[in-house]
Amino acid sequence: MQLTQRAKQVDRRPMTQLEKLYLWNIAKGMWITISHLFKRKVTIQYPEQKRTFSKVFRGVQILNRDEEGRERCTACGLCAVACPAEAITMEAAERQPGEEHLYKEEKYAAKYEINMLRCIFCGYCEEACPKDAIYLSQTFAQANYDRKGFIYKKEDLLIPNPKEDPDAYQRAVGERVTKPLSS
Amino acid sequence: MLEEVGTTTEGDLIINVGPQHPATHGVLHLVITLNGETIKKVEPHLGFIHRSIEKMCESLTYRQFIYVTSRMDYLSAHINNHACALCVEKGLQAEIPARAQVIRVLMDELTRIASHELWWGAMAMDLGAFTPFFHAFRERETINDIMEETCGARLTMNYMVPGGVMQDIHPNFQRRVKEFMQLYKRKIHEYDEMVTGNIIFQNRMKNVGYLSPEDAVSYGCSGPTARGSGVSCDIRKLYPYEVYSKLEFDEILETGGDSFARYMVRIREMQQSIRIIEQLIDNIPEGDFQAKTKAVLKLPKGEFYSRVETARGEFGVYIVSEGGTTPYRIKFRSPGFSNLSVLDHIARGSKLGDMVAMMGTLDLVIPDIDR
Repeated sequence: MQLTQRAKQVDRRPMTQLEKLYLWNIAKGMWITISHLFKRKVTIQYPEQKRTFSKVFRGVQILNRDEEGRERCTACGLCAVACPAEAITMEAAERQPGEEHLYKEEKYAAKYEINMLRCIFCGYCEEACPKDAIYLSQTFAQANYDRKGFIYKKEDLLIPNPKEDPDAYQRAVGERVTKPLSS
Repeated sequence: MLEEVGTTTEGDLIINVGPQHPATHGVLHLVITLNGETIKKVEPHLGFIHRSIEKMCESLTYRQFIYVTSRMDYLSAHINNHACALCVEKGLQAEIPARAQVIRVLMDELTRIASHELWWGAMAMDLGAFTPFFHAFRERETINDIMEETCGARLTMNYMVPGGVMQDIHPNFQRRVKEFMQLYKRKIHEYDEMVTGNIIFQNRMKNVGYLSPEDAVSYGCSGPTARGSGVSCDIRKLYPYEVYSKLEFDEILETGGDSFARYMVRIREMQQSIRIIEQLIDNIPEGDFQAKTKAVLKLPKGEFYSRVETARGEFGVYIVSEGGTTPYRIKFRSPGFSNLSVLDHIARGSKLGDMVAMMGTLDLVIPDIDR
């Protein structure tokens, strides 16, 4: 039974005697395989060689600092609300007098945790952040010995201080951060 | 005396294929009743990768739940996201900018090629040919690179958002896609030469796993599985969404109904995808890539359904809204589930060795079946 009249007849010519030969087909397959010996390799030797990622690649999060090395995060909690995987938790604290060189605004995150086993790298935290404090970097391969190690604390997420170690800061910032030094 | 196929009698051999079997491509458990080498019954056991995505979506907002759907049919993640975005947009009655529509269709078709590509490699590997797997993955890698450049991720892209797409396309996008199309037209020819025209391959595929059009309809099959039996069911043609109605492409129908017909449908569908991409790639309209939507999306009270054609068949999203920020109920109609249900029917009476060819051409993705 044909349910529609729209099926098109395809050209299905019968196989020639040569094509019916098993050996010929094996030889043809081997020819394709052998010809690839002389072509450029498409693979890279991963841990030694590393490929570059695009600017928009979504990897492990970083917490950004401003140009004076102060933390930008104000613990407003918008990233935690936006997170589909509920991976982000934080605790806010008031900035004390004398801590102005550490935190950019009066409120800061005393505790900031991202559970990397839950994170799905969707980039919604970055999109939600009004202070440009959280970015997704180009780092992607995390490894750890136990599950607890995957709960990244603030120390793991914070970017190196641009004043103390500008090279490390630049490396960590990568290309994705659009406004690294604007205040 | 020929015993009745489908009933277990004494002396039958019951074997388990999976859940850790390379040919099932995931955690699918098949309990197969055999009489000698003839299959009497195939019982798929599901539940190994059940994550209750539908229930999970009920506690997520309309922006967030789209991301979970990438984890269902991960090979056509874009198209799944597309269906959800369409459904939410239907509720919001949002106008989608022309640029976003074209980008979405382009991404869909690239995903379709990548998905068929992986299917082609994996299926040939199941049948014992190892080389096609590497060939397929090499070309798929290029698509993944293009996706990464524009979307930011390689497999679960999360690129479609209600109202458009997440970010604009990369400046290199058009050039790289065109380069890939040039390369890929040559490659499809090579695939044909290497696998399709191979007598060993054809002997294993032809007249194996016959599915009649009536059965395809009554089991609810869709996509290439049904089109291999001559059932017209391409949602892109029947209920066009986005810009598909303006495009020139053929719905691929084969009348064979066997594994080889299903194979040919997918191979020819890849060529149609190339045709669609070539029509669009130079005609991406200027403008916004995302419509202005509210920060917190609220759907009006009611029920919304939208469907798209994924690489495996018809994928539907059904949202019941009570007017809040989260859906009251979500139901996904996944193509893989219906396509798997037909396996028992087509496998009965054939040999165990042929089952791999049947399963391969049904193109099963287990997280899609068991969500």
